Amino acid sequence: MEWEAVIGLEIHVQLATRSKVFSGASTRYGAPPNTQACAIDLGLPGVLPVLNEEAVRMAVKFGLAIEAEIARRSVFARKHYFYPDLPKGYQISQYELPIVRHGHVTLHLEDGTAKRVGITRAHLEEDAGKSVHEGFGGLTGIDLNRAGTPLLEIVSEPDLRTPQEAAAYMRKIHTLVRYLGICDGNLQEGNFRCDANVSVRPVGQEAFGTRTEIKNVNSFRFIEKAIAYEIERQIDILEAGGRVVQETRLYDAAKGETRPMRSKEEAEDYRYFPDPDLLPLVLDEAFIEGVRATLPELPDAKRARFMEQYGLSAYEAGILTGERALADYYEQVVEAAGGEAKLAANWVLSELLGALNKEGLDIERCPLPAGHLGGMLRRIQDGTISGKIAKEVFEAMWRGEGDADAVIEAKGLRQITDPEAIGRIVDQVLAQHPQQLEQYRAGKDKLFGFFVGQVMKATRGRANPQQVNEILRRKLQG
Amino acid sequence: MHTRTIAELSALLHEGAVSAEELAQALLERIQRLDGDLNAFITVTAEEALAQAREADRRLRSGEATPLTGIPIAHKDIFCTRGVRTSCGSRMLDPFVAPYDATVVERLAAAGAVSLGKTNMDEFAMGSSNETSYYGPVRNPWDPERVPGGSSGGSAAAVAARLVPGATGTDTGGSIRQPAALTGITGLKPTYGRVSRWGMVAFASSLDQAGPMARTAEDCALLLQAMAGFDPRDSTCVDRPVPDYRAALAGEGDLKGLRIGVPREWLEEGLDGKVRACVERALQVYRDLGAEVREVRLPNAHLAVPVYYVLAPAEASSNLARYDGVRYGHRCQDPRDLTDLYKRSRAEGFGPEVKRRIMIGTYVLSAGYYDAYYLKAQQVRRLIAQDFRRAFQEVDLLAGPTSPTTAFRLGERLDDPVTMYLSDIYTIAVNLAGLPGLSHPAGFVDGLPVGLQLVGDYFEEARLLEAAHRFQQATDWHRRVPPGCA
Repeated sequence: MEWEAVIGLEIHVQLATRSKVFSGASTRYGAPPNTQACAIDLGLPGVLPVLNEEAVRMAVKFGLAIEAEIARRSVFARKHYFYPDLPKGYQISQYELPIVRHGHVTLHLEDGTAKRVGITRAHLEEDAGKSVHEGFGGLTGIDLNRAGTPLLEIVSEPDLRTPQEAAAYMRKIHTLVRYLGICDGNLQEGNFRCDANVSVRPVGQEAFGTRTEIKNVNSFRFIEKAIAYEIERQIDILEAGGRVVQETRLYDAAKGETRPMRSKEEAEDYRYFPDPDLLPLVLDEAFIEGVRATLPELPDAKRARFMEQYGLSAYEAGILTGERALADYYEQVVEAAGGEAKLAANWVLSELLGALNKEGLDIERCPLPAGHLGGMLRRIQDGTISGKIAKEVFEAMWRGEGDADAVIEAKGLRQITDPEAIGRIVDQVLAQHPQQLEQYRAGKDKLFGFFVGQVMKATRGRANPQQVNEILRRKLQG
Repeated sequence: MHTRTIAELSALLHEGAVSAEELAQALLERIQRLDGDLNAFITVTAEEALAQAREADRRLRSGEATPLTGIPIAHKDIFCTRGVRTSCGSRMLDPFVAPYDATVVERLAAAGAVSLGKTNMDEFAMGSSNETSYYGPVRNPWDPERVPGGSSGGSAAAVAARLVPGATGTDTGGSIRQPAALTGITGLKPTYGRVSRWGMVAFASSLDQAGPMARTAEDCALLLQAMAGFDPRDSTCVDRPVPDYRAALAGEGDLKGLRIGVPREWLEEGLDGKVRACVERALQVYRDLGAEVREVRLPNAHLAVPVYYVLAPAEASSNLARYDGVRYGHRCQDPRDLTDLYKRSRAEGFGPEVKRRIMIGTYVLSAGYYDAYYLKAQQVRRLIAQDFRRAFQEVDLLAGPTSPTTAFRLGERLDDPVTMYLSDIYTIAVNLAGLPGLSHPAGFVDGLPVGLQLVGDYFEEARLLEAAHRFQQATDWHRRVPPGCA
């Protein structure tokens, strides 16, 4: 039988507010345990939550970016369960009336096709604390620094069909929240986490199969692997005549498999009800328009503009706009290079990304200023250096030896374009290699390359290659 | 000195006829002498009180005093007080020392009031007799075999017994007004949102409201003046100017033009005949003062108690989830594992009435029951509020009995929750609608005080206080002192 997977993702995005969603405590990462948990975060008797306006702005910004409905009235609800790192015994979340509904994003897949993925909702909620199971001699420690950190939970429609699509969607949301500046996107610190709902069904069947939920995956690579594993696992069960159990599973990256989480004795009943400590959140047009005015150029628009304005391919534009910082860098290079967009794209995509990758740096920590790279491209363009010499200049600039002109000057890399000077060197080379000259004239054409090499060697690569060819050919014929 | 009202003491303090320290000292001695039997206090903070009093004396001398500077008060033990145990009448919070002050505590302290301690209360404010307290029942100063009402029973008894001239209370379904009625004092539950709930241990967040308890409406006005006002730490607190409550009481006056509605539903079956007669006589006083008294209808009044006992427990079951033995409060000995820690800490920390309400609340919020109970109750709550809105199109105030009977005997209703709950049959609807309500002494039946409840439209506290003040200018029920308390 032919099977088809149905996948939906729930992504938890930690909003980059300075203080928590319902208290004034700092959200800074990495502080000593429980030093960033105030009375409200601890759930002391008598404390009350007050909503962080910045978190609301960020949620609205996201909603506008995915062309969603922004709820003029949304409601915070309490979601109850007992766990030691959940101080109040309930999490404040949004249930029936979320702040964002019915949005979408478009994925540009590797095969060149585009796919629209629906986003059911995005709602604001608070994060829980952390249970620390190591270092307490069999006991569990509780760190409430993270308790009350604002999260935006983004729930997709079950529109995804392959692990690759799922990973592309996760990347898309990641790119988007970073563009919007509402999340630092740090996956290691858990600031961008993903749950995947996966089911399979025979191709052509309308009804969904029984789904499982893979919890807390925080890497693009793992989400793809985890889903691929889960799809195969489910197909194996079904083909063997079995039934998929609806459950929550964890992905074990080391073993490359998913396995059931500690089984819950009964179905969860969270006993949601509207939080009486918080009034319904009512947004007016002015607030929403105020947020809209702060929207940056979004990735899709930027991508289209790069193709149009700079004549880039979809592939090039896609990579260059994958990160707002990279796109900005590229545009600065183009400007400094006097509009050499294609050349700039080539250098940024190959040399620059290669160098960053080699040193494990991201574009924000790039040691090479965009202006220097652009300046170097200008020198290629005006013939001061050749493309080959440029690689040497690039490396020197990367090491911090100054801008292109300084490096060219200091190292004497200026290209030799004076025909007389090149002619003199050609004469010298021919004089030094009478034997080869004789053989060449006897018909051994291949030796032309040898002479070019000798000339380049004599000039340490600085001679203009075209001119060398021309002059050499003339002199050999002479 | 102890029989003086806040207004009278304020004048004496400002004249220098008495110092705040002398006053605090005198009342602390009185508490020590009388409270052993009464059990109105859970914690007496003598040292802190005397320090506050000395500071009050300094302010009185330097001319920075407010009308409350140097006035001794007590706080219901539901308000967080920095460095002082805040038990909420529960074993669960017996070991809990709050690291911060409630807004109410902060504001009264800023006004110069001197807190003598924390008063007894029903556990987590759940009760109408003060018998569910972990610290034992409070006795009614008018008859030690009887309850003072609840849940603010300690505050009520302390004020009635002249241990303090005023105290704070909280009212979720009648917890200020019913004990005020049963002990012969004056208590005001403000409009929901008038007083900040920050630092007030939550019972039912959409109903809880703090208010003053004192012997006169004038004293309640003085206390409310300091307590009321916007607080950005409470999202349900309303940002609206606080009127000058005492100014509304100025001079001698009558109540000509005031329209008082008496809901027929409040005088029907369930009301003790003698209490009813007493209420009728009090209404006659209002007529004599020039008010126009007429009957009104609140057709959904009979639904208030059942609706309340869905919504309040629902919110309580959620609010009390934080007491899990993990971070503070009672923790069981040697828990075997997490589940054992939760189960035994909660089983040991909560008393039977609290457990009953947690179970009811958990039930009505459960999947499959939510719509039938919680959602339905919310709908009916709106109907109840609508009844009041209609009534206030015809009249300015509503009046009726605060509670259907006078103070009942200790233990009498403890095993009969429904009868106990009906003790708040006239007060509960006022919380459901979020309206201000006041109870003032209206007479006596068989030597026990009877309270008259006045209900006003939203933020009409000044009107309530004025009416009660005119009544008190014309009567002396509020000046009666329980035996042995003179």
